[in-house]
Amino acid sequence: MTIMKKLLTSAVASAMMVGGAQAEISNNTVKIGYLADMSGTYRDLAGPNGLSALEMAVADFGGTVKGAKIEIVTADDRNSPDVASSTVRRWLENDNVDMVAGLVASSVTIAATKVIEENNKLGLVNGSAASSITNEHCTPNHIHYTYDTYPLSVGTPTAIVKEGGKSWYILTADYAFGHSLESDVTRMVESNGGEIVDSIRHPFPTPDFSSFILQAQASGADVVALANAGADTTNAITTASEFGLTQSGQTLAALLLFLTDVHALGAETAQGIQLTTGWYWDKDKEARAWSDRFMKETGVRPTMVHAGIYSSTIQYLNAIEATGSDDSQTVRKQMMDTPINDMFTKNGRIREDGRMVHDMYLAQVKTPEESNSEWDLYKILRTIPADEAFRPLSDSKCKLVSSN
Amino acid sequence: MSQIDIQSSIQKTILKQQKAEDRRKLVLNGILLMLLLLAPFVIYPVFLMKILCFALFAAAFNLLFGFTGLLSFGHAAFLATGGYTTGYLLSNYSGLTTEMGIIAGTLMATVLGLGFALLSIRRQGIYFAMVTLALAQLVFFFFVQSSFTGGEDGLHGVPRGELFGLINLEDNLNMYYFVLAVFLACYLLIQRIVSSPYGHVLKAIKQNEPRAVSLGYKVDRYKVLAFVISAALAGLAGSMKSVVFQLASLNDAHWHMSGEVILMTLVGGMGTLLGPVLGATLVVNIEYQLGQGPLRDWVDPILGAIFVITVLAFRSGIVGEVQKFVRKNIG
Amino acid sequence: MSMIFGVPMAVLSGQLLIGIINGAFYALLSLGLAIIFGLLKIINFAHGAMYMLGAMATVIMFDALDVNYWVALFLAPVLVGIVGVFVEYFLLRRIAGQDHIYSLLLTFGVALIMQGVLTNIYGVSGLRYAMPDMFKGGVNLGFMFMPYYRAWVIVAALLVCFGTWFMVEKTKLGAYLRAGTEDSQLMQGFGINVPLLVSLTYGFGVMLAAFAGVLAAPIYSVTPVMGSHILIVVFAVVVIGGMGSIGGAIITGILMGVVEGLTKTFYPPASSAVIFLVMVIVLMIRPHGLFGKES
Repeated sequence: MTIMKKLLTSAVASAMMVGGAQAEISNNTVKIGYLADMSGTYRDLAGPNGLSALEMAVADFGGTVKGAKIEIVTADDRNSPDVASSTVRRWLENDNVDMVAGLVASSVTIAATKVIEENNKLGLVNGSAASSITNEHCTPNHIHYTYDTYPLSVGTPTAIVKEGGKSWYILTADYAFGHSLESDVTRMVESNGGEIVDSIRHPFPTPDFSSFILQAQASGADVVALANAGADTTNAITTASEFGLTQSGQTLAALLLFLTDVHALGAETAQGIQLTTGWYWDKDKEARAWSDRFMKETGVRPTMVHAGIYSSTIQYLNAIEATGSDDSQTVRKQMMDTPINDMFTKNGRIREDGRMVHDMYLAQVKTPEESNSEWDLYKILRTIPADEAFRPLSDSKCKLVSSN
Repeated sequence: MSQIDIQSSIQKTILKQQKAEDRRKLVLNGILLMLLLLAPFVIYPVFLMKILCFALFAAAFNLLFGFTGLLSFGHAAFLATGGYTTGYLLSNYSGLTTEMGIIAGTLMATVLGLGFALLSIRRQGIYFAMVTLALAQLVFFFFVQSSFTGGEDGLHGVPRGELFGLINLEDNLNMYYFVLAVFLACYLLIQRIVSSPYGHVLKAIKQNEPRAVSLGYKVDRYKVLAFVISAALAGLAGSMKSVVFQLASLNDAHWHMSGEVILMTLVGGMGTLLGPVLGATLVVNIEYQLGQGPLRDWVDPILGAIFVITVLAFRSGIVGEVQKFVRKNIG
Repeated sequence: MSMIFGVPMAVLSGQLLIGIINGAFYALLSLGLAIIFGLLKIINFAHGAMYMLGAMATVIMFDALDVNYWVALFLAPVLVGIVGVFVEYFLLRRIAGQDHIYSLLLTFGVALIMQGVLTNIYGVSGLRYAMPDMFKGGVNLGFMFMPYYRAWVIVAALLVCFGTWFMVEKTKLGAYLRAGTEDSQLMQGFGINVPLLVSLTYGFGVMLAAFAGVLAAPIYSVTPVMGSHILIVVFAVVVIGGMGSIGGAIITGILMGVVEGLTKTFYPPASSAVIFLVMVIVLMIRPHGLFGKES
């Protein structure tokens, strides 16, 4: 009996040894693939500067983790799901890439995460907006880190309705992202006692917004909301200011606006606009310190996506350090078990659907008088607590959520 | 020696040369085939399949542009129609085998091609290019608005399924040999078309349309047929692409894609058989290699420069220039 | 309030006016294309890039050298015109006499280069250009608020369009131009430097695009890719008008602005596609466009 027991324990032990072998870092290298739009519409919010953020994270680890070398490969996704899918497939199947970072356009992210799931590797999504990425498109192989459309529709609309902006007119970019933002906003406005007067779907992209702004003015709504992104949003804001939309007593709400967009518009044109953001470079001391380093590297202040790329990479490397493994499920579990406390957020945590939930911020663009420097653009009006900001798991359609 | 003797001896030499050339071609083709069969063991197969799909797309376009002289600026519409149709059918009807989905996609593109052709074939030169562009833009609009395409997000997770319900295409090698077989069949088909009497009429139309008309050819019918075949093959390329990558997206329908296929054909050599294949291989490689390397931010300007250099320095494309060189110095 | 198809009359008048303003803008852009094609038989796919250069130059000159709006309105087109002359002299000239298609491909390449290089330097978020002080504000027309600047756009665009049309169709210089491009040997014989004339014509055509770019700088976000969006729309305008017809380009430009404006009111999602629908229909009925001549 004792012999049997001994035999058994030794068998278990040797089995654990095998398990231990799995826990090693494959090829003794941690290879990170950075996939982002490097030359198109979304270049500035992630792009080449996002790569700098990633490199900063790797450099902070001294280029190695647990004795394994950290390597970075990069590709331009050209905003094409085709390019994304073939590049990621090659990285994972052929080039031993362990983790894919960046991931901006939602079409690119959805395509890439499908391939990542197939190969059981890990994706850290930072650029994309679509909340579907951790809802109907969720996989056990990616984490959505910085923000998504759900908090965008919680922050700004709730605040504005509470201030008395009851009737809403929504200008929606006519594609999946715009539609989902529109429906999220509609729900938020109505549940807070406001109403949607009308909405209009404009082609993507639209160079001239005068016609739509005019229709929004004629509607007499209290609030004109922009459910679009990038150049469409900045063009609409410029035109709204030209046509005196706010002077005639209407409030303009941009639902997705990056620091780079506001910087391009300038405080003069963008002043007073309320927006929701996942992070702001001047939000606290830690963020400022990191932003100063970032600015030294790139010459500009970081967007929330840049900060998210840095923070998520650090979390990823920490998890490898802690577990001694680069296996995607081991790392993901370790990341889920570790609360996030860094320059990006306090008490952030990763849920089972892959959503990193953290506090979001309601901000307002400063007036030129309030703004002290080129990048001094936001004042934070309110912190939106994590639990309020993101889609509750009880509403989730994700296959990983146990209640489903 | 009599006149006749001289003539017959000349004929004999020509025949001999012809035979030698045929043999050379056979050997060359054999080597190429071997390389294609062995390639997936050296090069990543999915990448090879991407090249083959674009090579077929460019070859289809070249049938119209290079051999018939019609510049369509709307070929992206057929690529996308094939891709979306196949992708949609395979994702939603699990009873369909892969080849049925591909055939359906190709048929859909063929029908669309017929529509395009009937509306545009009477227009000349730049007006033809512009009508095809306009029609393709309308198709693009349709795809953006339709819910089955997934709009901007694209159509994801197309199952590769099983060929004839037997061969598992999830396996990259199986998939590769299937794509290769389809590609080679189409390539041979195009070769046959071009060297057939029908192909000669197409070339005659390209060189001098009024003369072809005065010779009694119903030129419009020939052109419509060429357009439809070209659209069908472009659709087939799109269908296979959607199976290989398991997705179909708006990129395939965008007018930039119509521009890219022109670039591929032009760089490789329009009006040659091998040209578009080589051109597609080059362009896909350039985009991939540059996208990875230190020049990744410069893909667009470099492609632009290739356009400029090709147009200025070697309008007949790589294959065309090589042929010229061979004819001048060796032939 | 009176309604038309469920849209209040006042809104409709506003949309019509906006349509005319955008139309004037299209007219200006398509005019340059029409001149370049009509006189030189070049299909200028770099036209959008030249428009972008005009806008970028305005912003860059303001930021770097404090060049004000009025100076830019003159200087930016001249600079872009010089770029155009270089493009013609070093590139386009080498493919003179070849199929038009090659000019399309060549200029498409040039556009990709310009756009890509500037994207790498300036990014794509857009550069800021403040509205000139004298144009701030606007006037309430009763049915809409009319910013002064849009009124200026319509005046400036129409003046330049009309002036150009007059110059090409009604003056001696225009006659030389038309003759020089039809039969260059004959004109050479008369002692006229035809190659120079060709360079200058191309330069002038792209100057018009750059002028539109300067007009656009205060109202649209100025980015290196702003031209690629507008390019094929403007091309459609020229084709509908009849390639090479200068008057046709102007009239069609305004017409298409109005058509687009109305679509934005009644069925907004189709506003980017409607021009192509019009183009298909027009070419079915008139193979050489509304004002084009049989060649």
